[in-house]
Amino acid sequence: MHDAAQIVLLLVVLSDLAILGTSRLSSCIRGLAAQGFLLGLLPVLIAPQLSVHAVSLAIGTVIVKAIALPWFLAWAIREAAVRREIEPIVGFIASQLLGALAVALAFAIASRLPLAAMQQPLLVPVSLATLIIGFIVLTTRRKALVQVVGYLILENGIYLFGLTQTESVPFLIELGVLLDIFVGVFIMGIVVFHINREFDSLDSTRLTELSD
Amino acid sequence: MTPDGLVAVGLLGIVAPAIPGVAVKTKSLLTGRRGPPVLQLYADLAKLVRKGRVYSRTTTVIFRAGPVVALAALIVAALFLPLDGRAAPARFAGDMVAFAGLLALGRFALVLAAMDTGSSFEGLGASREVTIASFAEPTMFLCFIALVLAAGDISLSGILGAPLAAAWPHAGASLSLVGVSLFVLLLAENSRVPVDDPGTHLELTMIHEVIVLDHGGPDLAIILYGGAFKLTLFGVLVVSVLVPRAGLSGPAALALLFAGLGAVAVAVGVVESVMARVRLVRVPQLLVGAAALALVATILQLR
Repeated sequence: MHDAAQIVLLLVVLSDLAILGTSRLSSCIRGLAAQGFLLGLLPVLIAPQLSVHAVSLAIGTVIVKAIALPWFLAWAIREAAVRREIEPIVGFIASQLLGALAVALAFAIASRLPLAAMQQPLLVPVSLATLIIGFIVLTTRRKALVQVVGYLILENGIYLFGLTQTESVPFLIELGVLLDIFVGVFIMGIVVFHINREFDSLDSTRLTELSD
Repeated sequence: MTPDGLVAVGLLGIVAPAIPGVAVKTKSLLTGRRGPPVLQLYADLAKLVRKGRVYSRTTTVIFRAGPVVALAALIVAALFLPLDGRAAPARFAGDMVAFAGLLALGRFALVLAAMDTGSSFEGLGASREVTIASFAEPTMFLCFIALVLAAGDISLSGILGAPLAAAWPHAGASLSLVGVSLFVLLLAENSRVPVDDPGTHLELTMIHEVIVLDHGGPDLAIILYGGAFKLTLFGVLVVSVLVPRAGLSGPAALALLFAGLGAVAVAVGVVESVMARVRLVRVPQLLVGAAALALVATILQLR
């Protein structure tokens, strides 16, 4: 189980880097769905023994992160008819390099954090890397939908960090967080939809101009 | 230098032209065509060797030396690879730098020969070839760094031989990343899809093919053979990283290596049939992606 969890965590990092490097929105969302699925596997793989808590958390995560949110985002790009992130503020090559740098930074920081020894040494660095990469996506892309994706990656990082404490966090709180995220993205989706209808574009830089 | 090692390199040289043949055959079968026979390249080489040489008056000795230097560099580079999974015919500490340098020398010779013709197409191709190489080389070194960290040895015989096999149980994830990265590198260095299309016949879109346009007869045979040999060398790298063979006897290790090379060739063919060539501006991104993989592998080792 230990090795499988390590491989899944590595795949999470790879999906981060893949999302950083792609310009096509549908590939972005597919990457996000894959990441959500991997995150859903983790509670089961990490738990010392199979518990109802871990399994239900896994199922809830897969339903929300791998099915509902990607489906909703896919619906949004179909409605808004945007296909690609054309001109990110930081180019794809540069942002991928930044992502690799973020991974390095995360590993460097994680080894210095005063955390109790865990049976999953990769969990904290991967969660930090995912957090930073989420920030990168959130800040360097112009299309509002990709920014939503960035926000979700950021949230995935927080979720990963929460997994270090699965034993002590009550199940209800986790479900509450998942629900919050779902509602948050739903609202974002509706906002994005309205931005698109108002401005005929999802370019968030245009929102800085005031007009009536 | 052991005679066994030299025999292994000789065998590799004999098998090399079949490797691109397997890739082409796979691609043809997957796209619903019959395709040329797997051993087609041998026939092509035999035909080209019997032809005469024609040299343009604008070319100099550089043009004539290009193919020979390129092939010689590749053959010397092959001597550093531990084909039986244990030790290479030639080895010293830090020989992976010599290996990369020899590959670069081979490319440099071909690029110079292309520039020597004075054709604008070939200049264009040469510039593209070198651009891609400048992205591929750091990736290769990152892969080597990850391997060195995993194996704790700084010669190719070490990082592809027994120390690597010992490192697999605790560094498997990182080593598989290196394997994937090396496979992307193989596609880029050998001008396969998605970096270059070996089947294209339009000068403006070719990269590797265009720099050998003016070579003919035996020179072209040397270049084609060199191309197949280079693909085989990279195949050996990929197979050696992914399938450590230190525990096997010599002939068994070699047999496994050749089976692995066949599998790599099939994988190349599959990639070529499911992917289109990416635009030239996206090629660096692909290689940076491969470099990021290697970097993550390195970080995992440093932890």
